Amino acid sequence: MSLLLEARDVTFRRQGDRVFKPLDVELAAGNAVVVLGPNGCGKTTLLRLLAGILQPAEGAISRHAATAFLGHASALKAELTCRENLEFLRAFHGTPGISASRALSRTGLTGLGLRPARALSAGQKRRLGLASLLVSPRPIWLLDEPYASLDDAGGELVDELLAEHLAEGGAVALSTHQRKPKLASPAGELWVQRAPLEEPA
Amino acid sequence: MSLRALPALLLRDLRLAVRHGGESLMPLFFLFAVLILVPLGVGPGPNLLATIAPGMIWVAALLASLLALENLFRPDFEDGTLEQWWLGHLPVTGLVMTRLLSHWLITGLPVILFAPLAAQMLYLPDQALGVLMLSLLIGTPILSLIGGLAAALTLGTNRGSVLLSILVFPLVVPVLIFATGAVAAAADGFSPRAHLGLLAALLVLALTLVPLAVTAALRLNIE
Amino acid sequence: MIWKTIKVGFHRLGSAPSFYRFSTVVSPWLWAGFALCSVIGVYYALYVVPPDYQQSDSFRILYVHVPSAWQAMAGYVVMSILAAIALIWRIRLTEIMAMMCAPIGAAFTAICLATGSIWGRPMWGTWWEWDARLTSMLVLLFIYLGIMGLYAAFDDKRKGARVACILVLVGLVNIPIIHFSVEWWTTLHQGKTIRIFGESSMHYSMMPPLIWMTIGVKLMFGAALLDRARNELLTQDRRKGWVRKILSNKGD
Repeated sequence: MSLLLEARDVTFRRQGDRVFKPLDVELAAGNAVVVLGPNGCGKTTLLRLLAGILQPAEGAISRHAATAFLGHASALKAELTCRENLEFLRAFHGTPGISASRALSRTGLTGLGLRPARALSAGQKRRLGLASLLVSPRPIWLLDEPYASLDDAGGELVDELLAEHLAEGGAVALSTHQRKPKLASPAGELWVQRAPLEEPA
Repeated sequence: MSLRALPALLLRDLRLAVRHGGESLMPLFFLFAVLILVPLGVGPGPNLLATIAPGMIWVAALLASLLALENLFRPDFEDGTLEQWWLGHLPVTGLVMTRLLSHWLITGLPVILFAPLAAQMLYLPDQALGVLMLSLLIGTPILSLIGGLAAALTLGTNRGSVLLSILVFPLVVPVLIFATGAVAAAADGFSPRAHLGLLAALLVLALTLVPLAVTAALRLNIE
Repeated sequence: MIWKTIKVGFHRLGSAPSFYRFSTVVSPWLWAGFALCSVIGVYYALYVVPPDYQQSDSFRILYVHVPSAWQAMAGYVVMSILAAIALIWRIRLTEIMAMMCAPIGAAFTAICLATGSIWGRPMWGTWWEWDARLTSMLVLLFIYLGIMGLYAAFDDKRKGARVACILVLVGLVNIPIIHFSVEWWTTLHQGKTIRIFGESSMHYSMMPPLIWMTIGVKLMFGAALLDRARNELLTQDRRKGWVRKILSNKGD
């Protein structure tokens, strides 16, 4: 199994203080990791670090493949239609995957292609966010609360997409509060712990 | 690094601007509001208006460019599309330049296109019109660059707009001086070359340094 | 590994407690030096230097005006050096010190503008003259205020400091351009600006108070910078043990 992403002793600092205790993360092809921990412990920060959006204050991260990050905000333009959003992302990220209409039908949004993204419900926005992962395939998926605001069918959809992605040699790290992914081989768990205040020497 | 992202971003930005319609035309309305209100305030004397015309058109262009700055990066920052720029496979400085280009196309270009009309309304001497257009052509991209820098610096704050104007104002002083100086020189029958040359030098300097500073400021602000 | 730990520790804390001890010891001496220099300078300026044959006594304000103007500009240079170090090596102490330069620099700029305006009233007959140097100073004041405003607008002070440090460096590139453009503008728009000094019209007997005042103002800048940086450190680290310890010792 080839390593797609490795992080050694990484942490981030806010106002000069460590957000969480330094962590090691390894994502190999076909691997899924669930990031766990109480509210405010830095799960989102960790995922943003792994994605490259934040730069680690300590430690080093090496990514050996392209990365997709799906945050709380699904990175959609409210004024554009679902199809326009997907077509933009397909061109923007450089590696076109399945077409926008196929991604819409895969995520249960058939027929909503011409609807502006602002007119979608929270769950539908989430599904559109998942569709955006499909139009531009990138091996590393970093998903922040992918199950949030989804119904049961939506949760199953996430599990299916994860299984397919892993089968194709991708890797996933996701944070969750609601449900844990149901996968063929159980996902690894990574606990994020809040860092204590440090004292100067 | 995929350069296909740049035209994709430009097209999407322009499409969003068209979709916002009236809001995107606000800078132009604003320009004409200033051009109509000032003669009402100072009187319609052709001599006075011709004297203040270069300065007025330029100040109006500056204010028009300020108007759209608050929305240069903030909507992208709030809906999460901005952080997608840093996923590692995108040329971020190129994206920054693209975004600034779309800002110029929306705020700078209309002002240039309507400058002849404004010049007529303010009795600017005909021989200065070409120089006015040229000064706007060289100068408005600098306004977009400096404005973009201020917008990027204030992105992480919650009272961006007031701060924005305070940051922009000192930085655009040279642009205003050289640009209006060129037009005034041409109106008085002198050569505007020295002024325009200095303005062009400012543009080169801004094009070289500002995108890097904007990239650094955005990077810090998305933390 | 050990070196990395040391480097990280140095960068992160810039050793706040040792800066606290250093500044507590050094700043009173700087304040004392400032007091001494300014007493000597003011005495020379008011009692020793003879009145000017054109301006009689009103020129004496230059002993406040000129050192303030110099310090307003020197302060910006100091701030830029600190800001560059802060951005390159991410040392917290230099971030804080760069940010604390801004209000002091702004104060000297304001003093320079106010004294210039007061001086201008008898000399030019107006409170404000669009003189190149005064206009540049006014723009400099706004740059200082922009830096202060930007820093203040962030909740995360470290992030705010780094963002504002970028602005400091942008300003450093811009200030010479602004000064040049304003000078260009005034030479085109005015005939001859009233020049207070000719090329070498300053008599040597006028120099000693200027030197004393300039040294005094530099010492004051240093003292105020150390005090402000120390206060900012204590405020930012108020939840930390080393600050609590200092506070509880003070309480005893």
